[in-house]
Formats: sequence, C-alpha cells, structure tokens
Amino acid sequence: MNSFSFENRAGIVERHPDVFRPDWWHRGKIAIGVGGAVALFLFGIVQLDIPFHRLSEGMVKLGEFVRLMLPPNPGSWAEVLKYLHALGETVSIAFLGTLGGALLALPVSLLAARNVVANWIVHLLTRRSLDTIRGVDTLIWALIWVGVVGLGPFAVILAVICSDFGTFGKLFSEAIEAADKNPAEGVRSLGGNHLHSVRFGLLPQVFPILLSQVLYYFESNTRSATIIGIVGAGGIGLQLAEQIRVLEWQKVSFLILLILITVSAIDWMSGKLRFAIIGKRAIS
Amino acid sequence: MRTAVPEFPEARLRELADRYAAAVAAKRRRVWLGSAVLIAAAIAAGWMGDVNFGNFVENFWRFPAYFASIAPKFSLSTAWVDLTEWLWGLPRWTRLLGDTLLIAYMGTLTGAICGFALCFFASANLVKSRTTVFVTRRVLEFCRTVPEIVFALIFVLAFGLGPLPGVLAIAIHTTGALGKQFAEVVENIDSKPIEGVAASGGSWLQIVRFGAVPQVLSNFVSYALLRFEINVRGAAVMGFVGAGGIGQDLIEAVRKFYYTDVSAILLLIIVTVMLIDLITERVRHGLLGLEGSAA
Repeated sequence: MNSFSFENRAGIVERHPDVFRPDWWHRGKIAIGVGGAVALFLFGIVQLDIPFHRLSEGMVKLGEFVRLMLPPNPGSWAEVLKYLHALGETVSIAFLGTLGGALLALPVSLLAARNVVANWIVHLLTRRSLDTIRGVDTLIWALIWVGVVGLGPFAVILAVICSDFGTFGKLFSEAIEAADKNPAEGVRSLGGNHLHSVRFGLLPQVFPILLSQVLYYFESNTRSATIIGIVGAGGIGLQLAEQIRVLEWQKVSFLILLILITVSAIDWMSGKLRFAIIGKRAIS
Repeated sequence: MRTAVPEFPEARLRELADRYAAAVAAKRRRVWLGSAVLIAAAIAAGWMGDVNFGNFVENFWRFPAYFASIAPKFSLSTAWVDLTEWLWGLPRWTRLLGDTLLIAYMGTLTGAICGFALCFFASANLVKSRTTVFVTRRVLEFCRTVPEIVFALIFVLAFGLGPLPGVLAIAIHTTGALGKQFAEVVENIDSKPIEGVAASGGSWLQIVRFGAVPQVLSNFVSYALLRFEINVRGAAVMGFVGAGGIGQDLIEAVRKFYYTDVSAILLLIIVTVMLIDLITERVRHGLLGLEGSAA
C-alpha cells in the first residue's frame, strides 16, 4: 500500500529521489540574494545613522499622540465648514488635474505610439520628454506653479495636470500599442487614410481602456491631492499640516477620517463607473 | 459582368435604416449627456478650485521664465568651469541622493516584509474567517490611504528629524499598497496545490508555505520592485518635512531662490529616477519571463 502522508516521508523520498535532491545552484542564488538584501539593509542602518535608541521613546510618544487623537473632534461647526470647503478644493484639484492631464496626453500619446507614428525620432523624443515630466514629483511641480500663479488651489491643479500628463502619455501610448491592428487595416483597405484608420480603427478599441485608466488615476489623485497643500497651496493637506504643527491631535484625526471617507467614496464610485464602461470581465 | 447584389424591398430597407439611425442617435445622446455632465462637473470644480484663466494667461510667462532662470549659465569658452560651478555641490548631493535611495530601499523592504506577512490573512481563499479578512483589509486600506507625508509629519514629531521618520512612513505606506496587491495575487492562484497540501494533512502554515508561496513569489518580487521605483520618487520629497534625503536641500534651494542649485538637484533626481526605472524594468521583465517582448 502506498500511503501519501507526511508520516511516510522516507518512503516517498526513496521512490522519487530526483524531486528531493537539493539543488545547490538554486539555493546558492537565493542565499546570495537574501544575503545581499540583508547586507544592504544593515549598511543603510549604519549609513543613515538610524537612532534605534530613539525608536522606543518615539513609540511611546506616538502612543501618546494616538491617545490624544481619540475621539476625533473638529472643534466647532465653523471649523467643520472650513474643512468641508478644503475637502471640496481637494476633490476639485484631483478632478480638474486628472481631466486636464488626460486631455493633454491623448494627442501626445498618439505621437508616442509606434503603430500610429512610425518615425522613431518622434517616438523617442516624446517618450523621453514624458519620462522627464513624470520624473518630477507632483510636490515639486506644485512649488514651481506656486511661483507662477501664486498660492492657492489653482497652482496645485496645474501641478497635477503636469505630472498626470507624463503618466497618462506613457500609459495611453502603451495601451494604443497593444491594440489589435486588424480594424485599422480594415479601414485602410476600404480606402480610408491614416487619420481615418486611427479615428475609426484604433480609438474605439482603446477608448474604454483609457477611460478606465483615467478613472483609476482620479481615485489615486484624490489620495495624492490631499497632501500637496503641505507646500502651502490649499486643500485639505494645508489644514492637516497646520493642525499637526500646532499639535491639535483631535482635529488631525478628524481630518484623517474625512480623507479616508472621501477616498473610499470616490473609490467606490469610480469602480462602479469603470464596470459600467468596460464591463466586469475586462478589468483584471 | 455584373454581380447580383441581393437587395431588400424598399419598405424593409427603410425600416432597417431607421433602426440603425435610432441606435446611432441613442448612442450619440448618451455621449452628449456624458459630456454635459463632465463639463458641468468641470465648471463646478473650477469654481471650487479658484481656477482663474486671466491670472493664468497674465502670469504664464513666468513659467518659461522660471526655467530660464534656473538654467545654468553656460558659455562655450568656459564650459568646464561653468559646469563645475553649476554642480558645485555634487559630492554632497550624491551623498544625499544615496541617502534617499537607502531610505526608499529600507522602507520598501520593511513594508514588503510586513505586506507579505499580512497578505495571506487578507486572502479569502486561504482564510476561512470573514472577520480576519475584513479586519486585515481595513488595516491595509488605512495604511495606504493616509498619505506618506502625513505619516512622516507625525513621525518627525515623535522620532525627531532625520531619515528614521522617512523610512517608517514609507514602510507603512508600502505595507498597505503591497499588502493589497499581494492579496490580489494570492486570490488568483491555482487552488489545486493548496488542496493537495491540505489533503495530505498539511497545517495552515504548510499550506501557505508549499501551496501558495511558490506560485506567487516572482509576482511578489516584481510588485515590490515597482513599489521601490515609486518609493524613490516619494523619498525624494520626504526631506520637505524634515525626514531626510535630498528633498531637504531641494526645498531650501527653492525657498532661498538659489536658482541654479534647483536645476542641478532636479536634474540629479530625474537622472536617478530614470536609471532606477530602467534597471527595475529589466529585472521585472526578466522575472516575469517577458524579456524581449516589451521594449
């Protein structure tokens, strides 16, 4: 009787020696990988001069902060109104930033897609400029735009437009390159010119994908838009940073709660919309 | 020779044409309605966000002017001297960039380990208890929804200035983000190996170790690398709130109008981010067996 259970391990090993022979080459690679990762981590501790003696007192302080945060309390109704206004600003920033970035990126992504514009110089130049724009963090864009149009949510909207332009340009062009080329060829064979084949053969295919990506980024921008105010440009991030600086912990926790609720509401809504646009099956 | 094209009688043809026109019109109406809603929302958001096109048009010249003013001064005859003058702080900035990379690395590794530990509790196919799954998911959601900078701001108060708050903030955010992605990967795995281990009497830990982990490991590493890439960007601005790295010098240069320093530091950050992107992309494609298929 063959019995496949852990008690009978010796018997199984005897019958299938190949499976149980240790693979030293494979193990060596894993050991080197793990060892390297740990060594780099230890090097980081030394190099960054991480003060571990402060870790425990910091934890105590952190516990104190959390205790002071409960229960969340905005203070007064006037404060609540102020925060809701700031929240509205933040959602507007995310919305207009995403919309503007997407509208700007659409034509550029067509230039960056190899199956639309075959010229490799155009392709390379657009790709690299998109990479550069994307490499600059939204916070840094916000600093630049504050210098241009002054403090306020408008500067942040422009900053989000800039960084989303870079992201969408790349994502859109990748989606366009992955599209099936048969419809475009069909349009050509019926006598359409290149523009026709893009308009009727390509865009209808990729449009739902692009829309779904835009919705996804609207959600993620709501998260990031909450913080850009930290450089002084409005929205709920400004309020949050101020309350943290003056150690009003109950207001801090109220604001964090507000952000959590808003983000999950937008999350839920954009999920519904995405399902409606491209169907449940297409979202992987 | 003429080919015979079968044609419908006039009445039937008209009926079909009408139906087609109605279908197209219905679609058009939907598109128009959607556009109207979008435009209305954009106007409302514009009002809320103080969008001011007058201000924009009036001050737009400052945007190129800003880039002109941060551009280094170059002349052909003294190109080398100009270059060394522009990058005068290179040794210091390289060290700070190294710090930024280390902050991102340590945060990502710590976060990935915590995410790895938590993701199995958030996967409905491995854990029978609904409560465990629900609670773990909410914890992960909290970790990733509260922005890193907010954690960093609070940690700076608790742990003092320096890289430690930056590392911790990135670690918490990474735990949330990776935990969710890992859990999604785990929920999509083949259930046969799990059932196999369970059928031969494996404990829950053995089910995870021998049934689930071998299937998901390469995906996990790939996601962790992608997150590292994102965290390098995030770590570059951690210094804005006093949490270490190159960001501190950058925001100082911006606030004090050291124009050429701004461009030098920005250039270094962009080059570093691009290099990391390139390297991690290579490794990820290698891991997922996509080498050569994507440019």
